[in-house]
Amino acid sequence: MRTVARRRPAAARVLDEAPGLRAMTAVMAIMVFLTVLAGALGLGTASAGSLLDRQLAGRLTVQVVEGEPARADAAAARVLAALRTSRDVASATAVPRAELEALLRPWLGGDAEEAGLPVPAMIDVDLRDTSDAAVARVAATATAASPAARVDRHARWMSPVGGLMRSLTWLAAGVVLLMAAATAAVVVLAARAGLEAHRGTIEVMHMLGSTDLQLARLFQRRLTLDALVGGIAGAAVALGVVLLVGGQLASLGSELVGGIRLGIADWALLALLPLGFALLATLAARWTVTRALRRTL
Amino acid sequence: MTPPAMATIVQFENVGLRYGTGPETLVDLSFSLQGGAFYFLTGASGAGKTSLLKLIYLAQRPSRGIIRLFGEDAVVLPRDRLPGFRRRMGVVFQDFRLVPHLSAADNVALPLRVAGMSEGDVTRSVREMLAWVGLADRAGARPATLSGGEQQRVAIARAVIARPEVLVADEPTGNVDPEMADRLIHLFGSLNRLGTTVVVATHDLHLLSRIPTAQMMRLDEGRLLDPTGSLRYPPQQGPDAA
Repeated sequence: MRTVARRRPAAARVLDEAPGLRAMTAVMAIMVFLTVLAGALGLGTASAGSLLDRQLAGRLTVQVVEGEPARADAAAARVLAALRTSRDVASATAVPRAELEALLRPWLGGDAEEAGLPVPAMIDVDLRDTSDAAVARVAATATAASPAARVDRHARWMSPVGGLMRSLTWLAAGVVLLMAAATAAVVVLAARAGLEAHRGTIEVMHMLGSTDLQLARLFQRRLTLDALVGGIAGAAVALGVVLLVGGQLASLGSELVGGIRLGIADWALLALLPLGFALLATLAARWTVTRALRRTL
Repeated sequence: MTPPAMATIVQFENVGLRYGTGPETLVDLSFSLQGGAFYFLTGASGAGKTSLLKLIYLAQRPSRGIIRLFGEDAVVLPRDRLPGFRRRMGVVFQDFRLVPHLSAADNVALPLRVAGMSEGDVTRSVREMLAWVGLADRAGARPATLSGGEQQRVAIARAVIARPEVLVADEPTGNVDPEMADRLIHLFGSLNRLGTTVVVATHDLHLLSRIPTAQMMRLDEGRLLDPTGSLRYPPQQGPDAA
């Protein structure tokens, strides 16, 4: 028995190469490519947001605003000493005046003090306890040491950035869900097209005693394979793109943008997306075919 | 899976079939078919032969009446039990219905693969069956490259390879020359002697003489004529076949 198509297993040969089914591979490649990109964005921004939260939650800046630099420095020294005695403070460090001037130079030029501008003394504070009560206690300690002390909580002025990160994460999650829904819809359409293209074969198989599940397996095997092949190709290209963009972001040297990075678990999750989509294709194909066959005798 | 000889295997009671809102194609059919017997179903074109066969092989539900297959009411049979009944029957369709992209061997193998037989056993059985119908050297050929007679033999091989209890054939000799027709009927006779109930729809009355033990069912405008009297339900006597 030398049959013509020996390369494929017997069950796979029952359905021929209908064009509608083969196009699935290309469509799945595109779908998974876009999904992996959206997923990478979501995971990256989630990671950056989380990092930002961790970094900012326990950090304060205390400004001591006095007209004269000498008085400002004296007040700052009192505040620094008071803060270092606080149980809520992990560390308190005065920002050197030279560093402040360097920070202001691009906006005010090199002679800000000569011009009489009141440059505040600044103290960076890391808290042991990040609760609102601890922040309030630290603020009270600072103002008790010098009424000119003002406490800035980093989390407050960076909260719009955190909000943006969270929005991007949710947006990416939404895109991933939409892509999954679109993929399921594409599989349903492909399965219906396949049923139509193989109507004659299906009738014969039914008359020979095939169950709905046996017929559904023929379609789901084909569609799953197409989804898997397309998905792996799409994911491979997308992961390459993510790697490239990640390298470019890292080279910017920005603390904010540099936080958008993927961990090992994130990479593994992205790499598993084609499997997830193949499973989705399996379920969608089985559901479509068994539902359609139930309408026949 | 050979049924006990002379057991009633198919039983129709007041069966009618109507397509859509048209007139009844089959009217008040009441008869029974005995296990191991050979039946010819004759009648003019449009008499309802194919419709009657469709009711037997469960491709169609009747509009009214009762059909019992293998002792069970086939009219109310749930869908999920139909495959089990269909596997007990072999069907030779009038238009063969070979799967065009499969080779002759793969077409013949379909019932065995549906039944879950191992590939080794499938290969062996298919080789024997193709040799039996004289197509051993055409195993790899696709239906489009086979002659009408060869396609018909592939269809017959597919219908009988799983040793069905009932073989239903719709005009199985319609596309072959008289010599091949004799040969095919001889094949059906051989199968019948092994215990399979055979129902052959044909308008070729010459075939009837080839199986002397066969009974004739004659359809006329959807009504069954019973020349021998033995088809009536309950049967007065079994056929003297086998």
